[in-house]
Amino acid sequence: MTFEKFVFYVFAAILVFAATMVITRRNPVHSALFLVLAFFSSAGIWLLAEAEFLAIVLILVYVGAVMVLFLFVVMMLDIDLATLRAGFIRHMPLALLMAVVMAVELFMVVGPGNFGLDKVPAPVAQAADYNNTESLGSVLYTVYMYPFEIAAVILLVGIIAAIGLTMRKRPETKFQDPSVQVKVKKADRLRVVKMEAED
Amino acid sequence: MESLIALWEWLGTNLIVLQILIKIVVIVAPLMLCVAYFTYAERKLIGYMQVRIGPNRVGPKGWLQPIADAVKLMFKEIVIPTKANKTLFLIAPLLTLGPALAAWAVFPFSEGLVLADLNAGLLYILALTSIGVYGVIIAGWASNSKYAFLGAMRSAAQIVAYEIAMGFALVGVLVAAGSLNLGEIVRAQQSDAGIFGWFWLPLLPLFLIYFISGVAETNRAPFDVAEGESEIVAGFHVEYSGMPFAVFFLGEYANMILISALTALLFLGGWLSPLPASWVDGVFLLGDGIHWLFLKTMFTGFFFLWFRATFPRYRYDQIMRLGWKVFIPITIVWILVVGLMVVYQFAWFS
Repeated sequence: MTFEKFVFYVFAAILVFAATMVITRRNPVHSALFLVLAFFSSAGIWLLAEAEFLAIVLILVYVGAVMVLFLFVVMMLDIDLATLRAGFIRHMPLALLMAVVMAVELFMVVGPGNFGLDKVPAPVAQAADYNNTESLGSVLYTVYMYPFEIAAVILLVGIIAAIGLTMRKRPETKFQDPSVQVKVKKADRLRVVKMEAED
Repeated sequence: MESLIALWEWLGTNLIVLQILIKIVVIVAPLMLCVAYFTYAERKLIGYMQVRIGPNRVGPKGWLQPIADAVKLMFKEIVIPTKANKTLFLIAPLLTLGPALAAWAVFPFSEGLVLADLNAGLLYILALTSIGVYGVIIAGWASNSKYAFLGAMRSAAQIVAYEIAMGFALVGVLVAAGSLNLGEIVRAQQSDAGIFGWFWLPLLPLFLIYFISGVAETNRAPFDVAEGESEIVAGFHVEYSGMPFAVFFLGEYANMILISALTALLFLGGWLSPLPASWVDGVFLLGDGIHWLFLKTMFTGFFFLWFRATFPRYRYDQIMRLGWKVFIPITIVWILVVGLMVVYQFAWFS
């Protein structure tokens, strides 16, 4: 077994283990942390495939930002497992059906019909000066310029929509207006009263 | 000497793992020493700024104080709160220290003096500094304590906000240098103008924003609401004692040194001499070298201590306003300006 193969199997084993733990742990915080571990191991596998930009961005975006917010929410929730389990048996047939459909779909896409050692040639190792970031960028900003820009605009619309949803006036909240705070002069707050000295 | 060099080269070809391990030790051991004496410098400097003497009992002028502190913390009992999540409680400090140390792997100390000359070094640093927050969040949650949890929540919101500003500031550096490789970024700052050729001048707003975001990311005063001793006791590490607390402490100071060194590297020319290269090339100590990086790191590190002695803690809504409504718009505008400067080959980029 070559060293690369060994590293791949180590990362793949951790990935499968972590992914299983995500869906089997009772505590949602543990599940979220195992998902972080799963992201790390898949980033390791991407590094092995010489896609260092994607690997680092996966950690930067998903581990560094998305999962932090995820944990933020999950930690604040008071999840009652009993009510979650209440409908387990009732929803079982529908859930099973969906699971089977998804499994079949997955099998059709990534099953032995499309993937396998005989279907895909072994990737050739890139030269030492190969720069994944540069090659990705040059393709993204030339060949795939329009899809890239359209995706960016869709994301921007999503951001604005999400912010718009939270923009509601709540009269009971106390809000400090910094511009008003900054503009305050001494005369607004302080009144010097001249008084005759009492004797 | 020659046999040592021969042995080193033999290691590089035959036992490269051992060679890399030696390199890691050579980076981490002085770093830990720096961390220890950074705490001493902090206590002394803040002492002087507040007209006190600071630690002066252990060793001459208190020089052995950090050692005494380390020994004390090592022998203290590790108290684990009842109902705390034991595994996560003990992993959390490691998650703070680990990324702070791992980031040094791509850090170029001088021309060619780097452990891993990564193409995407800047991204790697950004990714690793962004996962440091897990230590704080997990510590706050696993402690099973209100105060620790409040500290963790504050820290999570703050770090996510400032990470964006930090990332945009680094995008400016990336545009100016045209590379993600940290060594290339320093080389791009080399010019005949010396100190005026470094990126701090054309990227001045990004330089300030990067450093201030760095202070916020390391949870240091005036952004230390995650600790906030006056309102939530000590925030996320209120339940920690002994060695786990010491590891948190190490992580915080290692992160401060990392941010100082990165600021020196990305905006203050790294190992480059502040004098024009044509004047001092080859002159002893005035030319480029690792000592300039140390001096610049100390200079930026000093600001961390100065801030702590000077500024009162920010109010929470002010922190959020500064991050989202002030820093992010400024960085976006300045990225555009930098882009125009590079396209039209203005002064620094010709």
